[in-house]
Amino acid sequence: MTGRLSRRALLAGATALMATPALAAGARRARVVIVGGGFGGATAARYLRRAMPDLGITLIEPSRLHVTCPGSNGVIGGLGPLSRLEHGYDHLRSRLGIEVVHDTVAAIEGERRRVRLGGGQWIAYDRLIVSPGIDMRWNEIEGYDEAAAQIMPHAWKAGAQTALLRRRLEAVEDGGVVIVAAPGNPFRCPPGPYERAGLIAWHLSRTRKGCKVLILDAKDSFSKQALFQEGWKALYGDMIEWVSGANNGRVVRVNAAEGWVETDFDRFTPALANIIPPQGAGRIAVAAGLADAGGFCPVDPVTFESRLVPGIHVIGDACIAGEMPKSASSANNQAKIAAAAAVASLAGQGFGPVKAINVCYSLLAPDYAVSVAGVYEVADGRRAAVAESGGVSPLGADAHARKAEAEHAADWYAAICADAWGA
Amino acid sequence: MRSLTAFMALVVMAAALPARAGGQARLMAEACAACHSPQIHSGIPTLAGRPAGELLRLLLAFRDGSRAATVMDRIAKGYSGEELGAIAGELAGGVGP
Repeated sequence: MTGRLSRRALLAGATALMATPALAAGARRARVVIVGGGFGGATAARYLRRAMPDLGITLIEPSRLHVTCPGSNGVIGGLGPLSRLEHGYDHLRSRLGIEVVHDTVAAIEGERRRVRLGGGQWIAYDRLIVSPGIDMRWNEIEGYDEAAAQIMPHAWKAGAQTALLRRRLEAVEDGGVVIVAAPGNPFRCPPGPYERAGLIAWHLSRTRKGCKVLILDAKDSFSKQALFQEGWKALYGDMIEWVSGANNGRVVRVNAAEGWVETDFDRFTPALANIIPPQGAGRIAVAAGLADAGGFCPVDPVTFESRLVPGIHVIGDACIAGEMPKSASSANNQAKIAAAAAVASLAGQGFGPVKAINVCYSLLAPDYAVSVAGVYEVADGRRAAVAESGGVSPLGADAHARKAEAEHAADWYAAICADAWGA
Repeated sequence: MRSLTAFMALVVMAAALPARAGGQARLMAEACAACHSPQIHSGIPTLAGRPAGELLRLLLAFRDGSRAATVMDRIAKGYSGEELGAIAGELAGGVGP
């Protein structure tokens, strides 16, 4: 079709096409392309298929196996192997007829509604769902770049970095100090650094003597703070120390080769440093013009369509979702909403606001977990928690309640992975 | 008696809402599948296909705190009775890919 049209005619027609539902066009099968095969992208693929059996769906993801961040703090603490966190795309491909392309995305052209693969091929879309997760903002902490991360792992994307941090932790000897440097908001998985500190303490308290976990934080408060501090005290005594931003906790400089970490006033030379640096939306989202000056992607809170480039939905950690935290659970629910909004758009139908849920468990020890849950509506142009709902586990609950939540954490993981990659 | 009447009204709505509110009710119910897997059986119960009245009774009990929970009390409080009715109706119809 495009071959017989001049470029001018094509551009003139583009405006008209945009106003016409893709399904009404008739002959050609509508196609939704998804960038990223994590919790957001995989869930979007499954729920698009469920909504439209004959829709063309292409999922572009460089890795053949996705390694989930949920569960990865447990791997670092020695609770299980990394392989338990790997999820492939066979179910999506062979059971649901989704075209899974293992390649990078080199470019997104929003005006022409097409993406270019790393391999050079162009893929046209009617709607695009972008779920690229986060990328590290290297050198925002002076000296912390990709090379430094090989010595002071971030382990904030699961996989090789997780395995590296586990290996480095196993090499820590009696009396060693492990630093966990936590970033300022916003960042992926707000309770994650604190879950990690607890599980590192769990490992060290059982295998070493006299070790300490020092959390150097850019913030003055953190997710589930009272619950973490209550649990750490009960489980590990004074082994975990948290230094707030106001108390000079923000890490501003590191020297990986010399092994030191600096705040504005102090220098530490720990046995192991886990530096979780500031983050932004995945690079492809930034390159496509989907991110704002803050580095994340503004979206319509009803449809998760980009406020900057029409026809593209941005979900998961990369998007700005108001009060919804950057979590697997948020990405999963946002994916269902974006998929439905994309289908409504293809059919030329309107789409109204739907409430969304986030549930997030954090382990402090293998049989001790706490949770946060929230329901988010659209209010005043953003996603906001519904009043009088949600919140965290109760303080002072007994061991039985904490163990029940640890069991739920494992069950949640199995369920949400099945919801994304299939079971 | 009054609460029973109100409950029955919600059950009736649970049956009627999916057809009326269509996608919105289904989308609210699809959120449940993140924890309540239709495929995986675990300590978190499967919901799909259970009677709407039973599900709604549980959801309302979580919401008013009369039934103990870990997270469901916090979640149920985020929805109106009508919304819980619609969710129960969708789940009874068998949500899940």
